[in-house]
Amino acid sequence: MMSKTIKHHLTDDLLMAYAAGSLPEAFDLMVATHLSLCDDCRARAESFDAVGGHVLEDQNQPVGMNEDSLAATMALIAQGASTPKPARPGCPVLPSPLQDYVGGGVEDIRWKPIGMGVKQAILPTTREATARLLFIPAGAAVPDHGHHGIELTMVLQGAFSDEVDHFARGDVEIADEDLKHTPVADISEDCICLAVTDAPLKFTKLIPRLLQPFLRI
Amino acid sequence: MFTEIDTVTLDEPAAELVARLPWRAKKRIKDKPVSGTKNSCDTKTEWVDHVRRIRDAQDQTAFAELFQHFAPRIKAFLMKSGSDATMAEECAQEVMATLWHKAHLFDPTRAAVATWVFTIARNKRIDVLRKQRRPEPEDLWWGPEAEPEQDNVIVLQQETAQLRTALSALPEAQRELIEKAYFGDLSHREIASQTGLPLGTIKSRIRLALDRLRHAMN
Repeated sequence: MMSKTIKHHLTDDLLMAYAAGSLPEAFDLMVATHLSLCDDCRARAESFDAVGGHVLEDQNQPVGMNEDSLAATMALIAQGASTPKPARPGCPVLPSPLQDYVGGGVEDIRWKPIGMGVKQAILPTTREATARLLFIPAGAAVPDHGHHGIELTMVLQGAFSDEVDHFARGDVEIADEDLKHTPVADISEDCICLAVTDAPLKFTKLIPRLLQPFLRI
Repeated sequence: MFTEIDTVTLDEPAAELVARLPWRAKKRIKDKPVSGTKNSCDTKTEWVDHVRRIRDAQDQTAFAELFQHFAPRIKAFLMKSGSDATMAEECAQEVMATLWHKAHLFDPTRAAVATWVFTIARNKRIDVLRKQRRPEPEDLWWGPEAEPEQDNVIVLQQETAQLRTALSALPEAQRELIEKAYFGDLSHREIASQTGLPLGTIKSRIRLALDRLRHAMN
């Protein structure tokens, strides 16, 4: 499943925030999905975990546990481990964190058309940020848009190009308020992406902007 | 990194387990003091052995020692993250129980025990205090048939100890900010200014460990 040719990675601030546990759920999903494909970023993320280990261990004032605490914990242990997640069959497109949100593999995604052959599926996360899967037919473009907040887009299948660069499986494009771009899918294959935003996108053409409240993008 | 995956059966007699997995008994480590670094021999490789004793022999003495060291730190961590004492006590117990159940998933070539405990405590905090799911990357583990080389374990534990020394040498104000970040008190944007940490060496070690693991998995 690991992709060997990733050239667009996650930034240290995202990886540290993921390790610290302070990202909105949609961003956690993006990071977990990328780390499933990218061992370079996984190693960086786990070194930020190591910093957390030291913060935990070097606190100058540990708080005493209750007197019967160890016995209570042994009783918890005796109840057995929580039921493990059922193993999902491998999916060539969706890494396991995404399969958990889709409830299956790529064929189980419940797409909704948003025009010009482009489809999306919003994933169930907390509302501070939005995660959605995007389907862009081979050769098609996503409407020209800018962003209020930060938008991360990661390719899961196929590839796309925009004013910045070319992005293939595992690559993440990080777009902020200064970037207006028009991603165009490669002609060879339909493109599927995971896109995460912490604010609604703003479209620069009139009609998409009018539709935006209905599309929730 | 250490998410839900099927757990070992716990009521299996230890002797049977060792008989079935002879290389584990053979590879049991002695707590070698690691050279050069302060703090390294008192807490580091020693805890690795504790986790192995729990995994291989359901060793309650080893667990009690880990509990005594880590549970009060988990409780303090959760209280600093906004939990009250009752909830922090309960969650610390659950984190320690998880440690027992997932001992077979701990990879000492990629993490110190404190790192691993932190990740479990952090996920508990996200679950209980923020009430949100925590997506984790696909599991990578050695499986029941393989075990990492002891040399690689020692090197990673040494690197972790050196990271600790490097962090404690940072200016006080920066250390306080890092603590705030990990107690959940900084937003992602505030964290963005805090990322110049001395992680180069440990990151390379973990990267190598992932390569070895990928190789073993294929």
